[in-house]
Amino acid sequence: MCQVTGSVRDEADEWIAAGHAGKAAAALQEIFRVEGGSGAAASFVVSRYEKIRTALGLRPHRVAILRSFTVEPVVPLLRAAGFAAGLDLSVHVGEFNAYVQEIVDGGSALYGFAADTAILAVDSRDAAARLWRDWSALSSAEARSEIDGVIERFRNWIAAFRGHSQASLIVHSLASPEAMARGILDAQMEASQAEAFQEINREVRKAAREQRGVYVLDYDALIARHGRSGWGDDRKWLTVRMPFAAGHVGDMAREWMRFLRPLSGKVAKAVAVDLDNTLWGGVIGEDGIDGIKLGDEYPGAAYREVQRALLDLRRRGILLAVCSKNNPSDAMEVLERHPEMLLRPEHFAAIRIDWNDKAGNLREIAAELNIGIDAMAFLDDNPVERQQVRGDLPEVAVIELPADAPQFARAIREAPVFERLALSAEDAQRGDMYRVQRERQKLESAAGSREDFYRSLEQEAEIGRVTGATLARVAQLTQKTNQFNLTTRRYTEQEIERMSDSPDWRVYWLRVRDRFSDNGLVGVAALRRNGHAWEIDTLLLSCRVIGRTVETAFLAYLIDETVGAGASVIEGWFLPTKKNAPASEFYSSHGFRLAEETGKGARWVLDLPQQAVRYPEWIRMTRHGEVK
Amino acid sequence: MMASTTFEKVRGAAADILQAPVAQITPASSPVTIESWDSVQHLNLVLALEEKLGIQFEPEEMDKMNSIGEIVDLVDAKLKAN
Repeated sequence: MCQVTGSVRDEADEWIAAGHAGKAAAALQEIFRVEGGSGAAASFVVSRYEKIRTALGLRPHRVAILRSFTVEPVVPLLRAAGFAAGLDLSVHVGEFNAYVQEIVDGGSALYGFAADTAILAVDSRDAAARLWRDWSALSSAEARSEIDGVIERFRNWIAAFRGHSQASLIVHSLASPEAMARGILDAQMEASQAEAFQEINREVRKAAREQRGVYVLDYDALIARHGRSGWGDDRKWLTVRMPFAAGHVGDMAREWMRFLRPLSGKVAKAVAVDLDNTLWGGVIGEDGIDGIKLGDEYPGAAYREVQRALLDLRRRGILLAVCSKNNPSDAMEVLERHPEMLLRPEHFAAIRIDWNDKAGNLREIAAELNIGIDAMAFLDDNPVERQQVRGDLPEVAVIELPADAPQFARAIREAPVFERLALSAEDAQRGDMYRVQRERQKLESAAGSREDFYRSLEQEAEIGRVTGATLARVAQLTQKTNQFNLTTRRYTEQEIERMSDSPDWRVYWLRVRDRFSDNGLVGVAALRRNGHAWEIDTLLLSCRVIGRTVETAFLAYLIDETVGAGASVIEGWFLPTKKNAPASEFYSSHGFRLAEETGKGARWVLDLPQQAVRYPEWIRMTRHGEVK
Repeated sequence: MMASTTFEKVRGAAADILQAPVAQITPASSPVTIESWDSVQHLNLVLALEEKLGIQFEPEEMDKMNSIGEIVDLVDAKLKAN
């Protein structure tokens, strides 16, 4: 690994001294990008971010690590990776091997820390010592009872944690031994040591699925990916109880980031991809459609793998876009007609093929897709283009690609910015929805008036109270929605569940269908009762349905519900952020009066019953579960 | 980039991890002279050098790393042996 010369460190220090937090952050990101795996560089990066973190407005996230082994050296690497991703991670490391007491004791330092996410990292040699060490000495009955005991303990820990905390929990699965006690005989026997660890891991996954917000980190697979024989360093295990070698400390931090990115909402919603030497080998403008490399054989196969990886992202709900410097007709011919292409024009939600600079095109793509520039990722084989985008648009997640095309697909698959921890029906269909959106826009420009357009959409709004089936999507919307969002309060599934169980709260979702498609679950409202007043704690709409008057229909419905519950007043805060201007006029345009203004926002009130808010005539309303 | 000496490499890693100015780190620097050099930072320094230089310290050697000078001697001996 190459070391950035001292001068970039000096440059960072100079920017900090001069009070330019943004430029200092860019220098620190450069150090972390080039020397990413190094604990020394991470320590430097963290120490300097400490000085500018308040000026940068990073998203805070609190992480508690419960562990049976030494994790301290991972912490600077994790925090540095967090800073580089725009996350300010506060990390609490539990006492060595005290994870059981911390989990079961509701008054422990763990719960006092009020984590957003906790990580339970227990080594097999601690959690399943006899199965690891004494396997060949155990009778099959003893082995059975050991296995059941380990599974039972994991179940109890997960349940106890959920009993005391609503934080997300990441549970490490158990690593299998490198060498089985019975050698190759193990694979021939019914009572197999390897199978014992697989069974425990299967049951831990099952226990996690039964709870909300509990996720499994496949630690055994992580080790396998990096090579089991080189993962650990016995000297480190025996002296300082650290189960990984020096060279893998950074891999542990990266694996944790794959979870912390989606848990904190720091993920990409779309990726803009280059064409020449990224989706196919060669340059279309020079090599022609018959000359570019793409197919089942090397080197074309490497690019097919890139396309496969991108299709997997698309099925995960991540939008694809083209951002290429080319003659549009040359490039479109490949997209439309090359027989070996897996990606076709309909897979892309936006296409920019021209000679303009890529930073400008990325801005346009983000605007067209109606997402923030910080929700964009950029994939390009050319390091010069990547560097330019990094410089012009530091918010964009630039995917680091190795020089070698056969490794591109892996780099895409391992990028934490594309990770998700839940997949809703909306995610799987998102790519198609943007194509339909273009058809809607055509209709809009053809319509004579706004009202004509609204009528021609034939919209139907369905509203329901949140249940188990809708929790994940509702929480996801509170995490990801930035534009039409009155208060931008982020909630986990566990928090939404609690609110919906409380008699003082009502949480609603909104689904919108129109003549083109089912937009899916696109709105959330959370209302809280304060005596005869109901407060709109949260009201948000996905950008897919902004500007189609569904917010008015949603509000009218909420007012009916609160009047039905005996409310005499409905009120709510508008809390401005950098991004939620589209919602700023919401209360004033619906007849609410301004009651209070503070430094953080404004409180708006509407006395009930009211005449100001009516259902738009062009939207058909359905209450969930009602047959029409 | 110019090849740097073992001392410069060790000093660079120590400055990053102990959060001390590079100029302040000399062969005589030790946990006694640098306040932030505690057992956790000692482990981080050992790991950083192993990772950066592709070497592994033996458990016995970890007790003999009581100053920057001692660490440089040890690393030099290891790099020669490789």
